[in-house]
Amino acid sequence: MTCGETFAQYALRSIGIGEKLLPMADFTLCQQFVLIGSGLIWNLYFGILSLAAGFFLANALALAKATGSPWLRRPAEGFIFVFRGSPLFIQFFLAYFLFLAMKQANPVFAPLTMAWLGALITLTLNTAAYAAEIFYGALRAVPRGDIEAADAYGLSGWSRFRRVLWPTMMRLAWPAYTNEAIFLFHATTLVFFSGFAVLQQKGDALYYAAYFADKTFNPFVAYPIVALYFILLTLAVIGVFGAIGRRLNRHLPKTTRPRFRYGPQYFR
Amino acid sequence: MFSFCADPKSLEGIAWFACYLTSGKHLYFYVSIGTVLLLLAITVPVALAFGFAGAMAARSHFAPLSILGRIYISAVRGVPDIIFFLFVPIALDQAFEWVRHKTKCPDWTEPIRRGADFVVCPQAKLPLSSSPQWVHETYGFFLAVLAFAIVFGAFSANVLYGAMQAIPKAQTETAEAYGMTRRQVFRRIVVPQMWVYALPGLSNLWMILVKATPLLFLLGIEDIVYWAKQLGGSKRSIESEYPHGDWRLAYFLVLLVFYLGMTKLSEGVFGRLYRRLSHGQATMAGEEQRRGRA
Amino acid sequence: MKKIALAIAALALTSGLAAAQTVRLGTEGAYPPYNFVNDKGEVDGFERELGDELCKRAGLTCEWVTNEWDSIIPNLTSGNYDAIIAGMSITPERDQVIDFTQDYYPPTASAYVGLSADANIKGTVAAQVSTIQAAYVPTTGATLAEYATPEETIAAVKSGEADVVLADYDYLAPIVAESGGELVFVGERVPLGGGVGMGFRESDKELKQKFDDGITAMKADGSLNALLAKWFPENPPKY
Repeated sequence: MTCGETFAQYALRSIGIGEKLLPMADFTLCQQFVLIGSGLIWNLYFGILSLAAGFFLANALALAKATGSPWLRRPAEGFIFVFRGSPLFIQFFLAYFLFLAMKQANPVFAPLTMAWLGALITLTLNTAAYAAEIFYGALRAVPRGDIEAADAYGLSGWSRFRRVLWPTMMRLAWPAYTNEAIFLFHATTLVFFSGFAVLQQKGDALYYAAYFADKTFNPFVAYPIVALYFILLTLAVIGVFGAIGRRLNRHLPKTTRPRFRYGPQYFR
Repeated sequence: MFSFCADPKSLEGIAWFACYLTSGKHLYFYVSIGTVLLLLAITVPVALAFGFAGAMAARSHFAPLSILGRIYISAVRGVPDIIFFLFVPIALDQAFEWVRHKTKCPDWTEPIRRGADFVVCPQAKLPLSSSPQWVHETYGFFLAVLAFAIVFGAFSANVLYGAMQAIPKAQTETAEAYGMTRRQVFRRIVVPQMWVYALPGLSNLWMILVKATPLLFLLGIEDIVYWAKQLGGSKRSIESEYPHGDWRLAYFLVLLVFYLGMTKLSEGVFGRLYRRLSHGQATMAGEEQRRGRA
Repeated sequence: MKKIALAIAALALTSGLAAAQTVRLGTEGAYPPYNFVNDKGEVDGFERELGDELCKRAGLTCEWVTNEWDSIIPNLTSGNYDAIIAGMSITPERDQVIDFTQDYYPPTASAYVGLSADANIKGTVAAQVSTIQAAYVPTTGATLAEYATPEETIAAVKSGEADVVLADYDYLAPIVAESGGELVFVGERVPLGGGVGMGFRESDKELKQKFDDGITAMKADGSLNALLAKWFPENPPKY
C-alpha cells in the first residue's frame, strides 16, 4: 500500500471519514504520520473554537474585574482565581462529573458529557480566565496620556472605551495573549486524558500517538512525531498572532513596537 | 490506626470515617502531598540552573553554543509537557544505562537492543536490580525531577534571557567605562539586578509548574492524583474492608482545594518578595517605594 | 549532608552486591480481583498471592511495582521491572514483543454487562484503552468508547454514557454479583485472548523458565486451583 492510499484512508479518520478500522498490524511510518496528523484536527478544533469563544468572555471578565462595583468584580475575581489556580487536568475531571450530573437531571444536557462540547466548554472557561487576567493587566497599563487625549477629544463612556482604551489594551496584551494561545493549543492534548471518552476511535493527535505506541510497543516513534507536529503548530500560532500583532501596531514607528517574546509573560 | 478499627464492618458514622481516613492507603495519600512538595522544592533550583545555563548559552558570542541554547529553549517549549513526559524519561533512563554500559562493560559483546528489548549488562543497570525498593523509587523520583527541570528550564531560560536583556543599557555601559570586562559586568551588574525583572515571569512559571504536577503519575510517581484515583474508585468487599461507591468526585474536590490553596499561598509570597526586590531598583515599583518613603 | 549522601550511596552499593537477585514484578494495581491496592496501600489480589508463591518456590526475592496500564510493556522492555503479572491476556501481537509463560488463568471469555438484559451490544460499548476488548469492539460495528481505567468503563455504563461494557468475564462477575441487580450480563460471551500469563523480556529466557516451571508445579499439586477458588468464588476455573 502506498503512502498516498494510506493518506486517502486515514487523513480524515479522526472525524469519522475513511477507513472504519484502524491499522492493526504492519504499522508503517506513513500510517503514523497520517493518523496522528488526522488527530491534529481535534486539537485545532478545540484550540481555535475555545480561543474564539474565550476571547469574548475574557473581555467581559476583564471589564467586570476593572469596574468599581463589587457585584461585578467579586464574581469575576472568583472565576479567574478558580480557573487559574487549579490544574486543567482536575478541571476536566470535575467538569465531566458536573456534566454527568446535569445529564442525569435532564437529558437535554446529554451532549455535554461528550468531549466535542463538554471539553470545549471547559477549555473555553479556562482560557477565558487566563486571558481575562492578561487583558485586565493591560487595561491597567494603558498610558494616562491616551485617556487624557480621549477626554480632550470629548470622547466618553462606550465610545471612549471602544475607540481608545480597547485598542490600546489589545496592543499591550497581545504578546502575553499569544503565549496564552500557545499554551491553550498544548492543553488540548489533555482532553482525552481525564474523564472524557474517545468515541469510535476518533481522538486527537495524542490519542493516535498513544495507540501506535501501544500497538508497536515503542514510544520512540509515535511520540516524537506528535511532538514534531506540535512544534509546527506552535510556529504557526506565532506566525498568525505575529501578523495580527503587527496589524494592531501598524500606526506606531517601527522602533517602539512591542516585541513578541514567547514565554510565560509578566502578567499571565 | 485506632484500636477500635480492628473490625471495620461493625463501625458506623464518625468512627467508620475515622478508621477509613487513617487506613494505610490514606496515609500514603497524605505522604504523597509531601512527595509533590518535595519534588517542587528540588525541581525549582534545578530548573533555574538549567534555565540559567540555557540563557547564558543563548547569549553566548560563540555561535554553535548560542544556536544550541536557542534550539533548546524553543523546541522544548513548542511541545506540550504531557507528550514530553511520555517518552523523554524512558529515553533518559536508557541513555544513562547506555553510558554506564559502555564504561563498565567494555567487553560485553551481545547487542544492547534486541528487538524491543533494551538490555545492558547487570552492573550497568540503573538502579542495580538487586537494590532495595527505595532506591528504585528515589531513582524514579530523580528522573521525574530531571524531566520537569528540562521542560521548565527551557521556560525559565526564556524568562532569564529576557531579564538579562532588560537591565538598562546605561548601567552596563557605565560599568564598561569603569574598565570592567564583559564577564565582570555580567557578574557584578547583570546578575544581581536581573532578578527583579525576572520575578514576575518566574512567579508565573512557578504557578504553571505547580499546576503541572498532576502529570507526575505519568512518570510513575505515586503522587496525589494516583492515590486520589486509587482511593476514590468504588471498592467492593473483596478489595477493601471499607467498601464504598464511586467517590472520585470527593477526592478530586480535595485536590482542587489543595491546588487553590497552593496558588493563594504562592501569590502572597511572591507579592512580598517582589516588594522586597524592587527596593532601590530603577523600576516603577522601586520608584514608588522611594517616593512613598520621602 | 554530602557525607550522608555518600554513605547512603556506599551502603546501597555494598548491600546491593551482597543481596540475592531481586526480581521486580510489575502490575497495574487497579484490576480486582487479579491485582489491586488494598487498604494498607500494598499490592494485593490473586496475582499477588500467585507471584509471591512462585517467587518462594524459585527461591527468588520479589518486589512489587505498580505501573500505568498503557506503558506497562515499554517499561518492561526497557528494564524498569523484570516481569509483568497484571491479568494480561496472551495475544500473538504481545507475544511478538515479550515472552509469556504458560497461562495461569485459563483462556476465558469476555462478556458484555449493561443495565438491562436487552441492552444494545451494537450500541455504545465501553472498554479500557489498549485492551483486547478495545481492539475487538470496532470489528463488531459497535461504537467503541475508550476509558483509561476499568473502573471508568463500569462507571460509564452506570451513568448511561455507554450501553454496555466489554471486559473479562471474571473481572465483571463479582461486580455484577455485588451490584444488587443494577448490572446484568448481556448476550453471549465472546472468546477473546488466550488465557492470562506472566510477561518477560524476550532476552530473559532463564527467568521466564523459572516462573514457568513454578506454574507447572502449582498446576500439578492443585495449589493453583486453590488460589483460583479463593479469589474467583463465583465461578472458579480449574486446571
